[in-house]
Amino acid sequence: MEDRIGKPGQYPYTRGIYPNMYEGRLWTMRQYAGFSSARLTNQRFKYLLEKGQTGLSVAFDLPTQLGLDSDDQLSYGEVGKVGVAIDSLADMEILLDGIPLDKISTSMTINSTAMILLAMYIAVGEKQGVPADKISGTIQNDILKEYVARGTYVFPPGPSVKIINDIFSYCSKNVPKFNTISISGYHIREAGATAEQEIGLTFANAIEYLKNAKKLGLDLDVIAPRISFFFNCHLDFLEEIAKFRAARRLWAKIMKERFGVKNPKSMMLRFHTQTAGSTLTQQKPHYNIVRVTLQALAAVLGGTQSLHTNSMDEALSLPSEQAVEIALATQQMIAYESGVTKTVDPFGGSYAIEKMTDELEEKIKEVIGKIEEVGGAVKAIELGIPQEMIEDSSYKYQLELENKEKIVVGLNKFANEEDVEIQGGEFPDGTQEQIEQLQQVRNNRNEDEVKEILINLKQACLDNINIFPQILEAVKKYCTIGEITSTLKEVYGEYVP
Amino acid sequence: MTNIKVLVAKPGLDGHDRGAKVVARGLMEHGMEVVYTGIRQTPEKIVNTAIQEGVDVIGLSCLSGAHNHLFSKIMMLLQESQYQCLVVGGGIIPKKDIPYLLDQGLDKIFIPGTSIKEMVDFIKGKLNA
Repeated sequence: MEDRIGKPGQYPYTRGIYPNMYEGRLWTMRQYAGFSSARLTNQRFKYLLEKGQTGLSVAFDLPTQLGLDSDDQLSYGEVGKVGVAIDSLADMEILLDGIPLDKISTSMTINSTAMILLAMYIAVGEKQGVPADKISGTIQNDILKEYVARGTYVFPPGPSVKIINDIFSYCSKNVPKFNTISISGYHIREAGATAEQEIGLTFANAIEYLKNAKKLGLDLDVIAPRISFFFNCHLDFLEEIAKFRAARRLWAKIMKERFGVKNPKSMMLRFHTQTAGSTLTQQKPHYNIVRVTLQALAAVLGGTQSLHTNSMDEALSLPSEQAVEIALATQQMIAYESGVTKTVDPFGGSYAIEKMTDELEEKIKEVIGKIEEVGGAVKAIELGIPQEMIEDSSYKYQLELENKEKIVVGLNKFANEEDVEIQGGEFPDGTQEQIEQLQQVRNNRNEDEVKEILINLKQACLDNINIFPQILEAVKKYCTIGEITSTLKEVYGEYVP
Repeated sequence: MTNIKVLVAKPGLDGHDRGAKVVARGLMEHGMEVVYTGIRQTPEKIVNTAIQEGVDVIGLSCLSGAHNHLFSKIMMLLQESQYQCLVVGGGIIPKKDIPYLLDQGLDKIFIPGTSIKEMVDFIKGKLNA
């Protein structure tokens, strides 16, 4: 029993990674935000900080996530839609205007173009007088789950993993306080995976990153402490608590037994949690507040380090200011009113929870086993194995909803026609402003310098050396995200499934 | 009527395809022939594929909020080509946008929570199948 559960803050960390957990420090309340232009998002950031949010979390629009400029034909209709549009360093300067980067940590949900955005963040820090070794935060930077579940990939898996290794290696020396990857099960779960598939497929991806880093000679005891995870918190309250505990224990074992790390920090699974967007209903949006509360509570009882609570209107649109405030207050009530933070792992020792934790650990191992059988995550993705697992689960879930084996209150039971109408977030379309600003940037920079640095960047790709320094230079010369990404595409190619 | 043929398509840059895939599979299990375009399709590609495949229905899915732009562009291209088929849409579509989209010529917007059976019944009803 002792070796499976142990004490909080001790291997295998089933009961939490810190001995005193939230009595020592609460989780970071990190609401994800980003829309329209850098200017408007900057205002939202300041609003959230004023309301007591303790870290920033930036949502980028799809063109930015895919390395397209706002005036690219493919960006039509998408500029500033699901996040903020960032075309060049000029936008990043506006986005972070008045936000002290030495005091605020920032999480950026960005993958294919993570290196470029992190470079911009570093450049803004330098302009503020905050050197790279003082800035902190997290980039998602988890490309494998993009092929598995979310679809914002640009380059093929091989070069994508190489870029990630460049980031690990550059940052371990130059940006030591930044979490260089947040390996994500969130999107895998949102795409329809079960609890064990969420953790199993995420760990399979994590193992792949670490195997590659090790192959390249990087010291895992330096890299692993800067790795964090991002999980979903779904509806099944007890199962979710057990999921987090099982994940923590299994990860510690994988790191110690398989990768042979020595540093205890390399074995500690640190994770951000977001409540499950896909469980929210457009019908009866007020009911979503209760769903989010239950999910957030499970995440806290599961020992999360950071939390985003979804807003009740997210099944309709981007959240309104009022809905975000309620979502954030939900976390604050759990933290300051509910009393659950006074006990470390309050469900530890519960018969049901410990049994579920053990069972989930076994099921997660089975999922990882299926991926390893074919040679690891990249191979499995190429064969479509995780994709198929998720599709089967999501279809099964749909049938369960339709057959009412799974009940969603207000949707397939206790529903009536009188839905309460609420207003989702309304944001001005910033496309025109964005395109004009981009043109201005192009007009004001030194074109010769831009050409030169892009040639150097291409050469660095061809020479297969670390491309981070060139990306940082390119960003500082106001090269656009589209220009940088096209340069990389010339060498690495584009992924077509 | 012979088999109903449906093109399930994801216009724009949004990669969230859970809904599109569930619908594709559900329609197949109700005896329809389904072609799925995959993610990140341009309006031009979608319309061309619909014509080439000779589909009876186009089902569009978009969760990024770009539906007004993308769906109406597709309707415009369809009109130009004079190809006739049923067009339905779904995804994260605020209720207030539905009248606009119907005005653009879409036959129906299915909001989240719609069952596959409802979609099948709607399509069959419209096509008198």
